[in-house]
Amino acid sequence: MKKRYLLIALLLLSFFSLFVGVSSIKPMDLLDFKSEETEIFLISRVPRLVAILLAGAGMSIAGLIMQQLSRNKFVSPTTAGTLDATRLGILVSMLLFTNASTIEKMIVAFAFALAGTLLFMQILDRIKFKDAIFIPLVGLMFGNILSSITTFFAYKSNVIQNMSAWLQGDFSMIMKGRYELLYISIPVLIITYLYANRFTVAGMGEDFSRNLGLAYKRIVNIGLILVALVTTTVILTVGMIPFLGLIIPNIVSIFHGDHLKKTLPHTALLGAIFLLICDILGRVLIYPYEISISLMVGVIGSGIFLYLLFRRKAYA
Amino acid sequence: MIQVRELSKFYGKKAVVEKVNVNIHRGKITSFIGPNGAGKSTLLSMVSRLIDADTGEVLVDDHLVNKMKSNEFSKRVSILKQSNFMNVRLTIRELVSFGRFPYSRGRLNSEDLRIIEQAMEYMGLMEMQHEYMDELSGGQRQRAFIAMVIAQDTDYILLDEPLNNLDMKHSVQIMKILRRLVDDLGKTVVIVLHDINFASVYSDRIVALKDGRVVKDGPTNEIINSDALKEIYDMDIPIKQMNNCRICVYFNS
Repeated sequence: MKKRYLLIALLLLSFFSLFVGVSSIKPMDLLDFKSEETEIFLISRVPRLVAILLAGAGMSIAGLIMQQLSRNKFVSPTTAGTLDATRLGILVSMLLFTNASTIEKMIVAFAFALAGTLLFMQILDRIKFKDAIFIPLVGLMFGNILSSITTFFAYKSNVIQNMSAWLQGDFSMIMKGRYELLYISIPVLIITYLYANRFTVAGMGEDFSRNLGLAYKRIVNIGLILVALVTTTVILTVGMIPFLGLIIPNIVSIFHGDHLKKTLPHTALLGAIFLLICDILGRVLIYPYEISISLMVGVIGSGIFLYLLFRRKAYA
Repeated sequence: MIQVRELSKFYGKKAVVEKVNVNIHRGKITSFIGPNGAGKSTLLSMVSRLIDADTGEVLVDDHLVNKMKSNEFSKRVSILKQSNFMNVRLTIRELVSFGRFPYSRGRLNSEDLRIIEQAMEYMGLMEMQHEYMDELSGGQRQRAFIAMVIAQDTDYILLDEPLNNLDMKHSVQIMKILRRLVDDLGKTVVIVLHDINFASVYSDRIVALKDGRVVKDGPTNEIINSDALKEIYDMDIPIKQMNNCRICVYFNS
């Protein structure tokens, strides 16, 4: 899995993605700046592509950081309750401010995402039985508890339909002016890269980190803040995208190990590519209708996840 | 020299380590021995700042350890814990490179690279430097960790039961390496050991702990005798002299 090939694949798929859709746009149409095609292209197609790339890279990196810091290959925003905590946060922001602006939602949801993830890490600290499969199960249970709280209050205040919109990841609603929050992924990627060595050391445990003079707790907290930031922005703009943060870092780890400085570019690229493939398939399979991205990723992702589980068993 | 002064650690009301005073001499191998639960690992963890002491103080070369910056400390004292099981996939070379982390924060210069190569060379790991840690045998993995500590280039090297899960051949190999670190490179090594005969054959000094207190502290030949061992382990252990080694025959006592 060379970076070069990933980059070429990403470019080809991006190009393809720009010209797939209900209204047919050919590259030649874009020469006329005033045409309807150009307008659709700029308002819908380009934002959609950018959103997919940012969400794909961002969620994969978030998963990578979580797996490193929790020292467990099966922990990710999906399996640690981060996604569910974020949704609870969105609900709270909707109940608190009747017409919550994006920024208000963002801040409350971020606070919940961070608190939820911290709580999960605390639980993780207390658990003596650190089996690779057991930990994500605990995370899923934790997430379901949060999720049921969300559902309960959403029912009571009649916003259940509103809430389910955040449940399904969907790129068809992405348009100019609705996705820009996702750009937060870019500084997160940069910071992750700058901290890559520290995250790698932290991934070897607290004693190991302290031996090398690393401020372990601070690094863990920085990592969790980054994870919460990415997760919140992705849920607010696109919705839940399950499995992405789980499978992409695992696939990269099989080929390239866990040295973050080395694997970070691969993980970001592969995450974007994978999401792009799922999106294109979702758009093409029942053309002119669309299969939502969370369904596509859910089906393909769970298949890959099962494969990873069985593979692990074969090695253990 | 590492000076331990009146060091105590309590879990609840129970003292795990109680008012321990020990001097660890430079350029020697010092072994911590004693029955299970004597507080050996806790003492080592406090000396290396992995856990905080409740009372007392530790001085490394006359500096109070909890006054030292963690980065400075990690250039003087390194510790390997028994639970270094790895589920992080790193190659040997990557792991050894992290030994330079206190100096370079991950941006390795040519001096760092030279030291990393040297450490791997010293531990005979050059041929397998690109292999992943999780695919190595226990002995190879322990050697890789020691190579990392060599790259960390500290005067003091602390090891918590480095022979755990190693077979006889690899245990002997590791102990010989530690001996060489002291004799060739002038390091100071402190080890927590379970096997008293490894302590007897390879160490210069022995500190014996029991119920959180130091019961014996001195040169190896003063500790390895039946009277002292009786006090430490409550067992009558005959000592046999073989090839200049004193062997404790405790198997049927």
